[in-house]
Amino acid sequence: MLTAHGLTCVRGERRLFAGIDLAVGPGEWLHVRGENGAGKTSLLRLLVGLMHPAAGEIRWDGAAVGELGDEYRRQMLFLGHHGAVKEELTTLENLHFAAALDGAELPEREALAALHRFGLRGREELPVRFLSAGQKRRVLLARLVTRKARLWVLDEPFTALDVKAVDMLSALIGEHLGGGGMAVLTSHQAMPIAGGRVLQL
Amino acid sequence: MNAIFAIIRRDLLLAMRRKSEVLTAVFFFVIVVSLFPLGIGPEPALLRKIAPGVLWVAALLATMLGLQRMFAPDHHDGTLEQMVLSPTPLGLLVGGKIAAHWLLSGLPLVLLAPVLGLQFGLDADALGVLMLALLLGTPLLSLIGAIGAALTLGLRGGGVLLSLLVLPLYVPALIFGAGAVEAHISGLGAAGHLSLLAALLALAVFFAPWATTAALRIALE
Repeated sequence: MLTAHGLTCVRGERRLFAGIDLAVGPGEWLHVRGENGAGKTSLLRLLVGLMHPAAGEIRWDGAAVGELGDEYRRQMLFLGHHGAVKEELTTLENLHFAAALDGAELPEREALAALHRFGLRGREELPVRFLSAGQKRRVLLARLVTRKARLWVLDEPFTALDVKAVDMLSALIGEHLGGGGMAVLTSHQAMPIAGGRVLQL
Repeated sequence: MNAIFAIIRRDLLLAMRRKSEVLTAVFFFVIVVSLFPLGIGPEPALLRKIAPGVLWVAALLATMLGLQRMFAPDHHDGTLEQMVLSPTPLGLLVGGKIAAHWLLSGLPLVLLAPVLGLQFGLDADALGVLMLALLLGTPLLSLIGAIGAALTLGLRGGGVLLSLLVLPLYVPALIFGAGAVEAHISGLGAAGHLSLLAALLALAVFFAPWATTAALRIALE
């Protein structure tokens, strides 16, 4: 269970938000909404530990995330604005490298299954720079299948995706929640996933 | 440990796919070193005297060329964020990045140095000392350079700042590295200089990844 209390974020001279409380339990998801520049991405970066809050604290299963360190990072997956996908590497190599970075073994079969699930069949050995923006996004999202994490933190996961991919991703998030997972995501679209709470910044 | 080897393997693979970056630094080294004998003329005693200094200064500058791109592509495409969020300690991953940088920019210089040293009329023993000094010194250049690359990450005009930051820190490596070859040629023996170089390397292996990690975390805030 992820909880945060009294989160305040200051960027430069400007205070983006103050006193944010949130809680996400197993099977629940949080939809972070707000205008451009309201601090959605900053909130997500605070939650995963890339930034430190000016005030407030974040807890995972009751313990402060700062103290949990690697233990928290092992159970959490963050997909940001940038792809973290290398243009020169093939889609398959990208997935294998991402898994290695997590310290996990990724069997070839699972990697291929994840790519096929996101409609990248026949493009396993293609360098990512030959793919379209939406397909690049799909390579990134294939990590959701290969990486076992309890908490997903997704920044604008629906950007550049076509209708079919949006449905696939929604189904995937639904499965994840059904299995007791948690998710925090930002999106400007209405989300076709049940059981979410909205946090308006 | 797997994550470190994965980083090294990936960086080598990326370098294979865009060869120009690696080759630029190597060609720069070869050309700069080769220009000196042509410009100064065939005076064996003088060439032997300036050889260690020329080779080392060229090695410093060649290393500087690729330094800015050590973390910049990873920062740009979000890989660095994933490295920070990886369960593997960031210090080890950064160690992998530095090792890959040395394999791509330091090791070729070590291997090319004896061939280029021939142009300066160095004998076989002096070439051996030169190689040994570069073998100890070039990892030091990569380690110190990583701190500078991390500190200037994401800054506009970071390249100039990086040179100002890193080149002064390269001075000890230059003095002891070039000094080892000079001491050998003048018959004093290179052991003292080489031990000091090795001591600097041991110190840098311990502290540089830690300092680089701290700088990277600041850059991502």
